[in-house]
Amino acid sequence: MSNKSSGNGSAASEALIREIATRHASLPGPLLLILHAIQDELGFVPNDAVPVVAEVLNVSRAEVHGVISFYHLLRDTPPGRHTLYLCRAEACQAMGARTLERHAKEKLGVDYHETTEDGRFSLEPIFCLGNCACSPAIMIDDFVYGRVTPERFDALLEVT
Amino acid sequence: MANRGEVRVFVPRDTTARSLGADDVAQAIAGTATDRGESVALVRSGSRGLYWLEPLVEVEVDGVRHAYGPIGPGDVEGLFDAGFLTAGDHANALGPTGQIPYLARQSRLTFARVGITDPVSLEDYRAYGGYEGLAKAVELDGAQIVDIVTESGLRGRGGAAFPTGIKWRTVLGAEGIQKYVTCNADEGDSGTFADRMIMESDPFALIEGMTIAGFAVGATEGYVYLRTEYPLAIEIMNEAIGSAESAGLLGENVMDSGQAFRLEVREAAGAYICGEETSMLESLEGKRGIIRYRPPLPAIKGLFGAPTIVNNVITLASVPIIMARGSKYYQDYGTGRSRGTLTVQLAGNIKRGGLVEIGFGTTLRELLEDFGGGSATGRPIRAVQAGGPLGAYVHPSQFDTPLDYEAFAEFGGMIGHGGLVVFDDTVDMGEQARFAMEFCAIESCGKCTPCRIGAVRGVEVIDKILSGVDEVDNLVLLRELCDTMVVGSLCALGGMAPFPVLSVLDHFPEDLRAR
Repeated sequence: MSNKSSGNGSAASEALIREIATRHASLPGPLLLILHAIQDELGFVPNDAVPVVAEVLNVSRAEVHGVISFYHLLRDTPPGRHTLYLCRAEACQAMGARTLERHAKEKLGVDYHETTEDGRFSLEPIFCLGNCACSPAIMIDDFVYGRVTPERFDALLEVT
Repeated sequence: MANRGEVRVFVPRDTTARSLGADDVAQAIAGTATDRGESVALVRSGSRGLYWLEPLVEVEVDGVRHAYGPIGPGDVEGLFDAGFLTAGDHANALGPTGQIPYLARQSRLTFARVGITDPVSLEDYRAYGGYEGLAKAVELDGAQIVDIVTESGLRGRGGAAFPTGIKWRTVLGAEGIQKYVTCNADEGDSGTFADRMIMESDPFALIEGMTIAGFAVGATEGYVYLRTEYPLAIEIMNEAIGSAESAGLLGENVMDSGQAFRLEVREAAGAYICGEETSMLESLEGKRGIIRYRPPLPAIKGLFGAPTIVNNVITLASVPIIMARGSKYYQDYGTGRSRGTLTVQLAGNIKRGGLVEIGFGTTLRELLEDFGGGSATGRPIRAVQAGGPLGAYVHPSQFDTPLDYEAFAEFGGMIGHGGLVVFDDTVDMGEQARFAMEFCAIESCGKCTPCRIGAVRGVEVIDKILSGVDEVDNLVLLRELCDTMVVGSLCALGGMAPFPVLSVLDHFPEDLRAR
């Protein structure tokens, strides 16, 4: 994994994180909302965010870390410019997802949870995009594509 | 609404249609219409759920919708040449949409508007019977609403099939200053997309259903717990909630009734376990989605410790039509104790994949053959996984089983959320059994040992069997392990993940042996 550093929070991002946490703090059950908002803003939840969010909400750091690490779609490392989600679930398996998976990893030269050398793509597994009648499916950032053959996959990489 | 002289053309904006290029088709139609000086009103409707025909373009001629599909951007010039704006013939012409057999044979109740209307148009929703249910509900007291829902026989469509009316009655009778209505829109089962379709194609039905639920039990707050994997559904739901608020259908004074109901979408974060209701409540509270012990039931002590309705999207979206047409109307569909309609989703290796809303009692074979048309690859169907990743693999010898909750339960299967994932004869059932355990290991919340450790051991034992290490002993061990997980796990994840494994052991043993 090329970018394991995540303690790269500057004073600016700390201020931003504090602002986000404070803005949501009075809502019911705010922690997951705050983490989503941070990830929407920064692309990931930096480790530096943990003590800040914990302090604003008056909960332990362990609590915040626990939530970040529990959810598959929260990440604590910076993603590539695009995130590519491959569906690994059964409907896609029935239509060649395992072949597509091998192809994608080989083509990008990375495994799941890794980012390509050039920083263009992060590859993530996902369990079901709800596109199961037109499998296999992938999602690039927040757009879903259906019936993705290895050829179509390559073509999508070209235009992304 | 179209202006005089404008022809209304419909191109779906649902995820599957877009995943196959519907946006490009819509753009091409708009561009070509302009170039040719044709007066076209383009509507981005929901999808009919005839997914093998997407992108499906419809045109309204003399009040009748005519369908063309599948249509790629490259087909658009040809469509205009063929005179599709006056329902002209074309190689991909399908005739009047309502007469397409796949659709004509269905009983679309919950999905009555899906694919027909512009999902975010409140005007469309009302034109097709929307908010008639709530209009009735505001005239009734909570107990009367609960009675109607109970009499309809509606059962939870998320998988567990618990009678909705009983759940609501419990919440109604529970003491609490604050009560909640929550919608479990964490549709994580592979092979299911019915919830997504409602939220993307008919979001007001869910909003109306939740509002009625709020009136029924005296809850003023509602949450839709919606998966991150459905970005378009999140966008459309939020837009629809905004419109409902502006129209006084949500907020402090719903339909001038003096009662409040506020609704908010809360985004999940990719944990399958959060589809389990107590785990979902933890997640809604912003915590890790670790399941809770029951009792207390969420209906007594749910979100933030308050009495809470937890229902699936389809369940809640079925409520408006029950209120509008009465419990008997709904109950007349179905069989035995499975009343109303079931939304089946044909998925995976199937020629005609899509959504089939039909009365209970239809057999699996009718669905796979008459609707589905066999496998997409044209090869024989070898197995069907029914009810999601925790559901049994159904063997062709069981295909004549009628779809109702009890008939499926008899052979250890389940209908669950209605997803049918089809596999052809190239499937490696040993791999599928292994995947069931792997999935459980990845998604286990970790609270109970049978699930947390058992799933990991399950993968290891299957690997040993497949690689020929103590095959006979390990097959015995695998059954014992499944047994431990089934009886010892706290929730359905660990308790049911062995079902697909056991079904492979029972019906496809030739695939689960040394290679």
